[in-house]
Amino acid sequence: MTDTPAPTGAAITLSGCGKTFPDGTCALEPLDLQITPGETIVLLGPSGCGKTTTLRIIAGLESPDAGGKVLFDGQDVTQLPIEKRNVGMVFQSYALFPNMSVIENVAYGLRVRGVAKKERLARAAEVLEMMRIDQLAERRIDQLSGGQRQRVALARALAVRPRVILLDEPLTALDAALRDHLRAEIDGLLRRLAITAIYVTHDQAEALALGDRIVVMRHGAIAQIGSPRDIYFRPADDFVASFVGVTNRLEGAVRGGRFETAAGSIAVAGPDRATASLAFRPETAVLCGAGDSGLRFRVEQVHFQGARQRVQLGAADGGRLVVEAAADAVLVVGDDVGLVLDPARFVLV
Amino acid sequence: MPSADRLAKLFLIPLGAFVLAFFLLPMVRLVAVAGSGPNGLAEYLVLITNPRHFGTLIATLLLSATATLATLAIGVVVALFLGRNRFPGQKALIAMLTLPLAFPGVVVGFMIILLAGRQGLIGSISQSLGMGRMVFAYSMAGLFAGYVYFSLPRVMVTLLAAVEKLDPSLEEAARSLGASRAQVLRDVILPGIGPSLMASGAIAFATAMGAFGTAFTLATRIDVLAMTIYTEFTLSANFASAAALSIALGLITWGVLALTRNFAGDRVAAAG
Ligand SMILES: Nc1ncnc2c1ncn2[C@@H]1O[C@H](COP(=O)(O)OP(=O)(O)OP(=O)(O)O)[C@@H](O)[C@H]1O
Ligand SMILES: [Mg+2]
Repeated sequence: MTDTPAPTGAAITLSGCGKTFPDGTCALEPLDLQITPGETIVLLGPSGCGKTTTLRIIAGLESPDAGGKVLFDGQDVTQLPIEKRNVGMVFQSYALFPNMSVIENVAYGLRVRGVAKKERLARAAEVLEMMRIDQLAERRIDQLSGGQRQRVALARALAVRPRVILLDEPLTALDAALRDHLRAEIDGLLRRLAITAIYVTHDQAEALALGDRIVVMRHGAIAQIGSPRDIYFRPADDFVASFVGVTNRLEGAVRGGRFETAAGSIAVAGPDRATASLAFRPETAVLCGAGDSGLRFRVEQVHFQGARQRVQLGAADGGRLVVEAAADAVLVVGDDVGLVLDPARFVLV
Repeated sequence: MPSADRLAKLFLIPLGAFVLAFFLLPMVRLVAVAGSGPNGLAEYLVLITNPRHFGTLIATLLLSATATLATLAIGVVVALFLGRNRFPGQKALIAMLTLPLAFPGVVVGFMIILLAGRQGLIGSISQSLGMGRMVFAYSMAGLFAGYVYFSLPRVMVTLLAAVEKLDPSLEEAARSLGASRAQVLRDVILPGIGPSLMASGAIAFATAMGAFGTAFTLATRIDVLAMTIYTEFTLSANFASAAALSIALGLITWGVLALTRNFAGDRVAAAG
């Protein structure tokens, strides 16, 4: 019996890991990243920004360009192939073995480690139970729904008690309702197991909900690393701000402790600046009567969305904003309104 | 579209008559000839009751089976190599490897003689190495080489297509779970290309069972079924035996094909 110790996450360090493919494509500029044990890190970014490449370098499926190093718990594993790294992987296509039943899939990692049949089936059954799919044990893969396949893929990766689990857009192939449900489930599971997880997605909602930290990537480089709150409320630049949800932007200048724009002015901290822009999220602004605040806009569109209303405002200089209002607020297109901004929740750049 | 259906059915009648005339009638005739010899209906079992014929049957089966297995083994290695690697000249190499597709058995036999015959390449090399002239073209070994040579291009093309269709993430998933190269081959690649292995193996086997041109070119003394049928038919003018042997050869080969088709079909269904 080859029993691995109870799962404890590995610390992962990438140092100077770049990747240029043989055809000359530079997929990744040399990047550094520290991941602490048990942490859930989300790699977020648009298509082609190098998320999968980063994940595959950590997994050992791709080797970094010369000079790049991958460390697990301080130990250099750069030259170690994936089969020796003890990482669990969940693929977007699930990659379940079609010639094996559900339980055989889940037990496969134990089988190649030489665990006796009875023992490995018992352990696989345990994992299936944890994922609440024990009733599917004898099914063939083509008899499973998408959500069930997803669970089997996760169970298979976890059954060998890996030090790290790597998930490449695991929910993209599922419909929205199932995605939310499984996301919550995966979140709970990763936290309970205290396993180091690296989760790739291009869905900002998924990233914000799951990550302890989020790595926003762009063109093969890291644009920002931070907690979901940091990323959301204090985006490092325009790219991050626009990628992570809708952001409003007012252009103007800072003079004598006030930010002045076409719609009016509000008090801000900081020195004078000839040009400045003020960015904030739709839900951080509160509508009020025209004249009750320093900023004044015209209501251009109102969308009723059930719990909230989404309101598009226009400024005198043609600038547009999107804000939210309570469902019962009376808003008439063409009327003027005021806007109150929370100084703690906008950024001046 | 019932009228179109009716039209289709109308066309089926001449087609049916055609199939009947060209496929079934000669076969019926073959069965009749086999039963009309001096031995009467006992002739049908001549393959089993005649010890010489029975020996030939076993030799033919063994030869075809081993040649098929060898072809598949080489085919898998070549297909995996060509399917996994990209290098300059690859397309040209694949095209070259499939060139023998066009050769009839006679040409393949001729090439085997050039390779392993009395004046052959292998003989010259082995002689210059001081091991004596190695000549095996005119024996079962020569025939074996000929069958492999003949079937390899077909098998390789089929397997290459199957390898290229395999989902690479399956292999990566197996490796992430700790599987070695050999385990990946056993648990992922071979099951993945299983249906193609079955199908191309069945074709190779059927081809080897019935191959005549190669055997005829190499030596008329090699005892394989197709050769025996030829000698019974032309030299001994023993039509009944030749017909009975033909029917037996046809049934055995057809049975193997049907069996693998069933088996492969199940596998395909299981693979989803
Ligand atoms: N094997 C390869 N050979 C050449 N270029 C590659 C290879 N794999 C990826 N690339 C390129 O590297 C870049 C990054 O690819 P990567 O798969 O990491 O992106 P991604 O962020 O995962 O995108 P997506 O969200 O679409 O999956 C892309 O421009 C891609 O075309
Ligand atoms: Mg990707």
